[in-house]
Amino acid sequence: MSNVIVSLRDIFVQFDGEVILNHINLDIKDKEFLTILGPSGCGKTTTLRVIGGFLEPEQGEILFDGTKINGLPPHKRNVNTVFQKYSLFPHLNVFDNIAFGLKIKKVPKDEIKKRVKEMLAIVDLKGYEKRGVSKLSGGQQQRVAIARALVCNPKVLLLDEPLGALDLKLRKNMQWELKQIQQKTNTAFVYVTHDQEEALTMSDTIVVMNNGVIEQIGSPTDIYNEPVNAFVADFIGEANIINGTMIDDCRVRVLGEELECVDKGFGQNTPVDIVIRPEDIEVVKPEEAKLTGEVTEVVFKGVHYEMTVMCKGCEWIIHSTECAPVGSKIGMKVIPFNIQIMNKMFLAEKNTFYAEVISSSEEENRITVRVEDSEFDIENQFFEVGTNLTISLPPKALSIAGDGIGHIDDVYIESVIFKGEHNEIILESDEQKWLMQSDVDEQVATYVPLKFDFTQAEIRVTEGKNET
Amino acid sequence: MKKISKLYTALIIAFMYLPILVLIAFSFNDGKTFVWKGFTLRWYTDLFKDSLIISSLWNTLLIALLASVFATILGTMAAIGINNFKGKKRILLQNASNIEILSPDIVTGVSLMLMFSLLGVAFHFRMGFLTVLLAHITFCTPYVVLNVLPRLRHMDYSVYEAALDLGCNQWQAFRKVVIHELMPGMFTGFLMSFTFSMDDFVITYFTRGASFQTLSIQIYTMTHQRISPKINALSALMFIVVLVLMIIINLKDRKLEKREGLRV
Repeated sequence: MSNVIVSLRDIFVQFDGEVILNHINLDIKDKEFLTILGPSGCGKTTTLRVIGGFLEPEQGEILFDGTKINGLPPHKRNVNTVFQKYSLFPHLNVFDNIAFGLKIKKVPKDEIKKRVKEMLAIVDLKGYEKRGVSKLSGGQQQRVAIARALVCNPKVLLLDEPLGALDLKLRKNMQWELKQIQQKTNTAFVYVTHDQEEALTMSDTIVVMNNGVIEQIGSPTDIYNEPVNAFVADFIGEANIINGTMIDDCRVRVLGEELECVDKGFGQNTPVDIVIRPEDIEVVKPEEAKLTGEVTEVVFKGVHYEMTVMCKGCEWIIHSTECAPVGSKIGMKVIPFNIQIMNKMFLAEKNTFYAEVISSSEEENRITVRVEDSEFDIENQFFEVGTNLTISLPPKALSIAGDGIGHIDDVYIESVIFKGEHNEIILESDEQKWLMQSDVDEQVATYVPLKFDFTQAEIRVTEGKNET
Repeated sequence: MKKISKLYTALIIAFMYLPILVLIAFSFNDGKTFVWKGFTLRWYTDLFKDSLIISSLWNTLLIALLASVFATILGTMAAIGINNFKGKKRILLQNASNIEILSPDIVTGVSLMLMFSLLGVAFHFRMGFLTVLLAHITFCTPYVVLNVLPRLRHMDYSVYEAALDLGCNQWQAFRKVVIHELMPGMFTGFLMSFTFSMDDFVITYFTRGASFQTLSIQIYTMTHQRISPKINALSALMFIVVLVLMIIINLKDRKLEKREGLRV
């Protein structure tokens, strides 16, 4: 494509062995408003720093207008940044802050004056030239920061959560203004945020990131209507995400009921994630729908009612302009087009792992095993020392050790998704991923100690490995 | 209770400042003993006619000025260096700088004297103006480091990055942005260096060689002969200069606090 201005090719970044960006590919087109969206710790700010030249990737290429710019220092890149904390120069007034970049580039004085004046008009700060920046409000400081970056005529403006420090009302205003500024100046904006609503409102393109990888790239409508997986669906807008089974093309089983959908190509009897947006559920009489439930909670939200419905032990959220009273039985009808089918992010019904017995005691009926780099005891089991075991645990048998003493320490929480009945949590240890079911909400992108309940375990000797 | 605490404070302050007040009072006494014989400015005029005192005053001021300028430059550079280290190395370097402040003047003085005389033998020079200046730079630099480091730590690093982003190379970013952030710390460090340099007796005494005189040395020498009320006048002047410097430092700090408060 000819109008691509910045291209990231296979970018890989790690700090102290922790992977921050895992082989990212991204094209930024000229004049577009592109938003990088993701939870904190997903690598979005790092991506921005790589483009800005503040961070050298370990692998991969950064192309600017088709030319490789790896290793080029920030001041030689035709890219400017608006920092999270504005980072205005406190010793300079508004005019000198904005003129800073032009003075460095030795632009003639009258031109500086003219351009700063134009910029002040664009960001709506006419007459503020002589003010000290420390006396400005947050929103005004923000606009000075934007003007300071834009006055240098960058091809791409990078914005790192620029509205994070503003209050809600000001933020809404600034969202609109930013979009206006972007259109007036015809500059490509790369906007980093964790606020999905901000992303949907402003962007031409949204890039959803998680754990150092790009989950999906698309227009706001695409991302909202056709999320590629449960993470994206959960992160953008509200959604009912439920486990289901794809029986065949266009037929899916949810909570024991067979529904019609429009997706194909998942194979037969494949476990899938099903996403239904709250506004896509129509409230009907119980006999008119396959899925029925009881209303447990109703909250009036202004435009619509938000109803919580219990259906076969599963919690559903419905947005509807009509209100069904608490306690009433209703039917939930969804047209096939609005049922989104997605592959599971981590396909596993059980967590299977290998363990080596390193000591055992027959009298006490106990063994000590080594799994990855951890060693721990399993009660009520006996195997000879040196035996290799295959242990299978259902997701329910995993938990996060509240007392901090787990069987495997420092396990990374990759995603937490509420599946109607309980949270489905995907964890990652050094060697494998784990699926856990929990009723507690856990913090994504943190390290926790993982604990196993071996009473639910299925333990057998690994075949073909330690036969004598 | 409040009255007692006020009284206590008053007593402490009196205890601290009474001797100096007595000294200042007697610098205006028209008589050479500690009997009040009437008001005079004679000792002050005598003081400025005494060429020995005047030349040592110039020496003192020159040493103080040069030492604090060099210490400010060196200390700022050192602080930036220390700040760029992480973990144990940083603590180690920071303490290495602080130990100089904590170690007794006499130790610093004697060790510098030993070093200078050794080097003097090797390179054929005598102790004098230059050795005193070097000694003063040595003991002033840690005070600058002490004042600049917290500024660096509290500085928003992205301000530096913003300067790079807007087209500065590293040196320009430092000169046009970072230095302004460090300025208050550097200024306080400079004033403290100036004050301590003027104030110093012990280290100067060991490193001055045979002929180089500063004010504190001059006063010490004068007390060997007969105590002249000129000493009172001189001491009073020195006290007032230091007092003024300290007031400036404090006012500056207060103003800064106000400004920073607004910024948040």
